[in-house]
Amino acid sequence: MARTLSAGRRLNVTLVYAALVVLSVVFFSPFVWLVMTSLKPEAEVFTTILPKHWVLIQYKDGLTHFPFMLYLRNTMVLCTANVLGVLLSSSLVAYGLSRIPWKGREPLFAVLLSTMMLPAQVTMVPMFAVFKTLGWIDTLLPLTVPAFLGNAFFIFLLRQFFMTIPGDLTDAARLDGCSEFDIYRRVVMPLAKPALATVALFTFLATWNDFIGPLVYLYDEGKFPLSLGLAMFTSQYGSFWGQLMAVSTVMTAPILLLFFLTQRTFIQGITMSGIKG
Amino acid sequence: MKERSYHLLTSSPPLLHPYRRRASRNAQLTGLAFAAPWIVGFIVFFAYPVIASAYYSLCSFDAIRPPRFIGFENYRRMFTEDDLFWKSLWNTLYMVVAGLPVGLAASLGIALLLNRKVKGMTVYRTIYYLPSITPVVATSILWLWLLNPEMGLINIALGKMHLMQPGWLTDPAWAKAALILMGLWGAGGGMVIYLAALQDVPESLTEAAALDGAGKLQQFRHVTLPMLSPVILFNLIMGLIGSFQYFTQAYVMTSGGPQDSTMFYALHLFNRAFLDFRMGYASAMAWVLFLVTLVCALLVFKTSARWVYYAGEGR
Repeated sequence: MARTLSAGRRLNVTLVYAALVVLSVVFFSPFVWLVMTSLKPEAEVFTTILPKHWVLIQYKDGLTHFPFMLYLRNTMVLCTANVLGVLLSSSLVAYGLSRIPWKGREPLFAVLLSTMMLPAQVTMVPMFAVFKTLGWIDTLLPLTVPAFLGNAFFIFLLRQFFMTIPGDLTDAARLDGCSEFDIYRRVVMPLAKPALATVALFTFLATWNDFIGPLVYLYDEGKFPLSLGLAMFTSQYGSFWGQLMAVSTVMTAPILLLFFLTQRTFIQGITMSGIKG
Repeated sequence: MKERSYHLLTSSPPLLHPYRRRASRNAQLTGLAFAAPWIVGFIVFFAYPVIASAYYSLCSFDAIRPPRFIGFENYRRMFTEDDLFWKSLWNTLYMVVAGLPVGLAASLGIALLLNRKVKGMTVYRTIYYLPSITPVVATSILWLWLLNPEMGLINIALGKMHLMQPGWLTDPAWAKAALILMGLWGAGGGMVIYLAALQDVPESLTEAAALDGAGKLQQFRHVTLPMLSPVILFNLIMGLIGSFQYFTQAYVMTSGGPQDSTMFYALHLFNRAFLDFRMGYASAMAWVLFLVTLVCALLVFKTSARWVYYAGEGR
C-alpha cells in the first residue's frame, strides 16, 4: 500500500514538473523568437528558424531609422516628472486622509474611491478641451502636471499603509511640539519607504508603457516617448521584422532589467495592492 | 463650535489623549491643506470634466467651435444609425465573456500548479510573470510577428504538429481569438496575485479537511476555492473594467480590422473623437460605456454574495 502510494505520488510530482517545464517553454519562447529574429540578416527572416548568420545589422539599421535616444530621453523626462509628482502629492494627501483627524476626511476618501470607477474615456474629451484652451496640446504638460495633483489609486495605497503605522510614534513627535508637516516628513515618510518604493516603481512602469496619453496629446515626433515612437515606427517599417524585433528588444530590455533589480519591491507591491483589504 | 469639537473627540478614540485637544482645533485646516493637491486635481481633472462631458454628450462639438446643443441626437444616432457602435459593442462583449474567464482560469491554474512546494519555484514564477510587465506596444509588435500566418512561430509550431494553421489576425473569424491568445501570455500578472493569496490559506484548514476524508479535489472545491474567492472577485472586477477599455493592442496591431472584427468600443470612441473630431458623439459613447460597465460590475457584485466567502465574517 505504502509503496503504491509513494509511486503514485512520484508520478504526480513528475507530472507537475512536466507541466511547469512545458509552460515555461510556452511562456519563454516568444522572447527567444523576439531576440532570434533580431539577430538574423534580412534575407533569413522569412526562411530560417535559427539564424544561420548571427548579425547585429538589424540593431544598427533599426536604431538609425528609429531615434531611440531621443525617444528614450522623452520617456525618461515623463517618468521622472510622474514619479516625483506622484510621490510628493499622493503621500501628502494620503497623510491628510489617514493621520490627521478632521471632518470631511471620510467623505473625501469615499469620493476618492468612487473616482476610480469611472472609465477614463468619460473625462478624455473635456480634458482635451481644457488643455487645448490652456495651449498645452503638443507639450509634455498634460502628461506630467496631473501627477502633481495626486493619483487616486496611489493615494489609496499609501493611505492603507500609513494606517498601519502605530499612533504612538507620531504622538511622541506631536508631544515634542513637531508640526504635522514635520511628522509627515521626519517620521511617517521614512517609515513608509517600502510603500513609497512600490508607488515609484508602479508609476514608472505605467508612464513607460502609457500609450493613449501621448497619442492624444503629442503630435510632434520630436516629443514622442518610446511607446508612441515604436507604434509609429511599426506603421512605417511594418514589414521589416528584423528591425522591428531589434527595436522592440531595446524597448523591453530596460523593463526586464528593472524587474530583476527590484524583485522584492515588485512582490511587496503585489501583496500590498489592497487585495488583502 | 465647542460642542462640535467635543463630538469629534468622543467619536474617534485616539483623540481622547488630552494633548491632542490643542491640535484638533487646527486639525481641520491642516487636514484640508494636506488634501489640497488632490482636491484641486479632483475639481480640475474630474468634477469639471465629468459635468462638461455630460453636457458635450448633448451637443455637436468639434473642439474648435463652441459646443452646439442638440439634445439626445447623439444617443439617437448611436443606437439607430451607427452599425459600427453595435459591432464594436459586440466585439467588446466577446472579449469580456470569452476572453476574461479564460484569462482568469489560466492565471488561477498556473498559480495552483506553482503553489506546491516545487524546487526552483522562483525561477518558474519569474518566467511566467515577465510577459505581463513587457511594455504593451512591444508585446503587440512581437505578437504581430508571432501570429504571422506564414513565418510566425505559432503557425510554424502548429505546422510541425500537423495541426490547422489559422490566418489569425488576417482572418475575421480568428482575429479576436488571436488577441485572447496574446492576452493569455500575460496571465502571469493575475497569477502572482493568486499566488500571494494562496500562500495565506492556512495549511491547517486543508489538513483538517484531509483528516475528514476529503480528497484533493474536494479540498480544492470546499477549502481553497472559497478562501480565494475574494481575490477572484477582485481580479474579475479589474479584468472587467480593463476589457471594456481594450484599446492599445487593437490600435497598434489591427486598427480594428480585418472587416471590423477587432473594432472595439474604446477604439471606435477614440476614432470618432480624434479622427473625425466628433467630440460630442464620443462623449455620449463614453457615458454609454460607463453605464454598461457599471451594470456588469453591479451584476457581478450582486451574485458575489453567493460565491464570495469572507473569512472575517464567519457564517
